[in-house]
Amino acid sequence: MSIEVRDVHKTFGTFAALKGVSLKIQSGELMALLGPSGSGKTTLLRIIAGLETPDDGSGDILFHGENVAALRAAARHVGFVFQHYALFRHMTVFENIAFGLRVRPRRNRPSNDAIRGKVASLLKLVQLENFAGRYPSQLSGGQRQRVALARALAVEPRVLLLDEPFGSLDAKVRKELRAWIRRLHDEIHITSVFVTHDQDEALEVADRVAVMNEGAIEQIGTPEEVYDQPASAFVYQFLGNVNIFEGRIRNGRLRIGCLELPVSSPESADNQPARAYVRPHDIELARIVAGEGVRRGTVQHIHTAGPIVRVGVRTFDGSQTIEVEIAREKHQELDLRVGNVVYYRMRHSQIFVEDYSI
Amino acid sequence: MSAIPLHPLTPNSNLARLPRRTGGVQSFPNAEPAWIRWSLIAVSLAFLASFLFVPLTAVFWEAFRKGAAVYWASFQDPDARSAIRLTLLTAMIAVPLNLVFGVAAAWAIAKFDFPGKSVLITLIDLPFAVSPVVSGLIYVLLFGAQGWWGPWLAAHNIRIIFATPGIVLATIFVTFPFVARELIPLMQSQGTEEEQAAIVLGANGWQTFFRVTLPNIRWGLLYGVILCNARAMGEFGAVSVVSGHVRGLTNTMPLHIEILYNEYQFAAAFAVASLLAMLALITLAAKTAVTWKSRGPLEDHANHNSTGDAHEH
Amino acid sequence: MRFFAPKNNVLPGFRLAMGFTLFYLSLIVLIPVAAIFIKTAAAGWSQFWQTATSPRVVASYRLSFGVSALAALANGVFGLLAAWVLVRYEFIGKRMVDALVDLPFALPTAVAGISLTTVYAETGWIGQWLKPLGVKVAFTPLGVLVALTFIGLPFVVRTVQPVLQDLDREVEDAAASLGANRWQTFYRVIFPALWPAALTGATLAFARAVGEYGSVIFISGNMPMRTEITPLLIVTKLEQYDYAGATAIAVVMLVASFSLLLLINLLQWWSAHRGT
Ligand SMILES: Nc1ncnc2c1ncn2[C@@H]1O[C@H](COP(=O)(O)OP(=O)(O)OP(=O)(O)O)[C@@H](O)[C@H]1O
Ligand SMILES: [Mg+2]
Repeated sequence: MSIEVRDVHKTFGTFAALKGVSLKIQSGELMALLGPSGSGKTTLLRIIAGLETPDDGSGDILFHGENVAALRAAARHVGFVFQHYALFRHMTVFENIAFGLRVRPRRNRPSNDAIRGKVASLLKLVQLENFAGRYPSQLSGGQRQRVALARALAVEPRVLLLDEPFGSLDAKVRKELRAWIRRLHDEIHITSVFVTHDQDEALEVADRVAVMNEGAIEQIGTPEEVYDQPASAFVYQFLGNVNIFEGRIRNGRLRIGCLELPVSSPESADNQPARAYVRPHDIELARIVAGEGVRRGTVQHIHTAGPIVRVGVRTFDGSQTIEVEIAREKHQELDLRVGNVVYYRMRHSQIFVEDYSI
Repeated sequence: MSAIPLHPLTPNSNLARLPRRTGGVQSFPNAEPAWIRWSLIAVSLAFLASFLFVPLTAVFWEAFRKGAAVYWASFQDPDARSAIRLTLLTAMIAVPLNLVFGVAAAWAIAKFDFPGKSVLITLIDLPFAVSPVVSGLIYVLLFGAQGWWGPWLAAHNIRIIFATPGIVLATIFVTFPFVARELIPLMQSQGTEEEQAAIVLGANGWQTFFRVTLPNIRWGLLYGVILCNARAMGEFGAVSVVSGHVRGLTNTMPLHIEILYNEYQFAAAFAVASLLAMLALITLAAKTAVTWKSRGPLEDHANHNSTGDAHEH
Repeated sequence: MRFFAPKNNVLPGFRLAMGFTLFYLSLIVLIPVAAIFIKTAAAGWSQFWQTATSPRVVASYRLSFGVSALAALANGVFGLLAAWVLVRYEFIGKRMVDALVDLPFALPTAVAGISLTTVYAETGWIGQWLKPLGVKVAFTPLGVLVALTFIGLPFVVRTVQPVLQDLDREVEDAAASLGANRWQTFYRVIFPALWPAALTGATLAFARAVGEYGSVIFISGNMPMRTEITPLLIVTKLEQYDYAGATAIAVVMLVASFSLLLLINLLQWWSAHRGT
């Protein structure tokens, strides 16, 4: 079941939460909606589910090519996992999961035995076989999350929508559930959209990622695409750490102080301000000058915790401190100390000309 | 929104961890000296006792003063019996109507956003602010012999004022806000996420209400109904204005008490009063139980304080 | 633009619930209350003014509003104290006392009336101890004060209690650590946080007391010009079939009720938005 969102607008009062969003999710795909807080992710997800309606006359929602914009939430057959789970607190885990089956009209309601069997298999799927009789308040956050998921899956939805499914869990449980949900998806292959503001989560779990900012989609692509070829300065900055160098374009090259970088887009005018974006791991360090484009700096701090060593290098003119990430071995080999002189070179950079057209 | 602490003495977790000595003595470093503490307790207990405890005890004392035989005889009086019957009948009509209204109003107000909400809430509160006597009077002005529709009603031989319908109407007016007032804040604090989840799972409106909303509000609803009922059975001022005080016909229990008292039949007056006082005690017990229940282990405050898209007004 | 149009359109039943709410509200409350104003307007201003300001009526206003204000004040002071004791201290029977605070909400006013009269009469349980002190309660304005204090007792306690419970004890500890003594902490830190709630509660108690009837008429003695409350005067006029007179006084009472309701809403709004 594919999902297509066409040019959806949503305004709350005078505030435009979504400004013409279009998105296509392939059948069986696991798509992440990634963006900072307030970027409209939840709003978009709720519009897909039918829990919110787009502005009058704007936009269409298509499930498998069929326009569902006029359908109410119940008729869309979506599974929705709420950010805070919204479990029915007066029902046991079993009754929570069975709810969607029990409220069906009598003629297509499964028998009690069938419901019991279905719930049991779902409990097995989410690894909560022994928790059927508990109340939501007697479960941990991660367990509640899985109950919410099982409850959503019980009605055999056509698509599964998850709002910050790991949002209120601690770091370790998040990591576990992340891997688990990926495996689950590989098992049941239901078209899924999940909202997150955690870039690691999106890049690790999703087949494709849609990056949102201020009510619009900045880029859609596989995790590799959005990470390696960010379509905008925002995406570059949002996905991972970045060093920013401000400069001006001169003769088709970006000049940053005495450093020059080649500019790929040829139409950029002369003397225009621009910025170079460089990831910390795209900077090489050396103790001696070797090759072209090498600049000098001094080591300002070194953080050695974890598998990667982060080195802060103060540029020669003292205008900024750049963050560099190097492997542990490399660090040992270089034997850096605070105050040492080092030479750095940008392996890879991307330049965005500042946009004054707005 | 911060969670209601389970115990008043432990309003935040830091202090909860402090050891507390038994015997009602606190060990806060920053607290009043014991003599101040005990004087404050003594003064406020004296105040509460002279206004609450003593009058309440007096009702039962006076009722049984002449012995149990006289007490029971008070209820043999046919007028007393008809007063009890009329009171029950009135409550049986007024309470369900106000219950349906309270649920409908709370559903609209707590689960939806619309302009004019606070005006509506104020209007619902209106009967609380109006004097009971005035509440009765407005129906006299509408349906009484001199009232707007009085002549028409008289022509068609319909009696409202000085008859049961008037008593019921006045009672409905006076108890109008009780259920709604109990439910609105409760349902607001619960938000709409559970209902939305039910809708997405395919439940229709009634299923959502009966299976998800109602179980969550049942204790508050029960208390609202009990309170509404207590007031409906005990209303005096409004009913007094519309009843006409016809013995054995339009006298409710409180009116009957007044008549007996004014005729110096104190034992009988207090005997009937003791029934209503019992009702009041049951109401208080119910409130305590409900408060206790809603803080009980099955309610999950930690989960729901953050989820509620509670509307403030 | 549609009035009463819900923004959240996922949950069903808004039209039904709102429709019934407005219908029932109009039928039971709005139309009858409007009728009384229309009736007064029809009767004419001069007659209204004459009735509403006749000496006996004015005396009843003085008693009703004056004693209600005193009762509200008494409840403000003792209610604050009771709330403090119930929230901050432990003693045997606390839960029962806490539950008993709501008694005036639950006990029918007629029952309260005859009981208070009996207890505070010269031979009563409390009255007999006051008599040697020269204090006469029943059948005097003091009796009215007792009844109105009883009727308004829960309001201040119940509005102050939750605020006191939510009050962060750390703030008090902070004040103490900065060198404030207990009394300074109370009136500089705690009291400023409590008094809007206490004021709201006292206003609620006042509003309730002004209109109170059942619990007062037994203990007051109902002497014209002296212990006759305004609601009783309405009943008296009605019993004399003076509908116009009763209506005129009722309109004054209604206007007072509306003003108080407005004031209470403002107070609640203000204390909720204060300092945020
Ligand atoms: N019901 C509403 N009324 C008014 N404004 C709203 C409403 N719902 C959302 N908004 C606004 O729309 C914007 C987008 O909200 P949305 O909940 O979609 O953000 P989000 O990307 O999910 O953020 P978060 O990561 O914090 O959950 C926000 O600025 C929010 O304030
Ligand atoms: Mg969100």
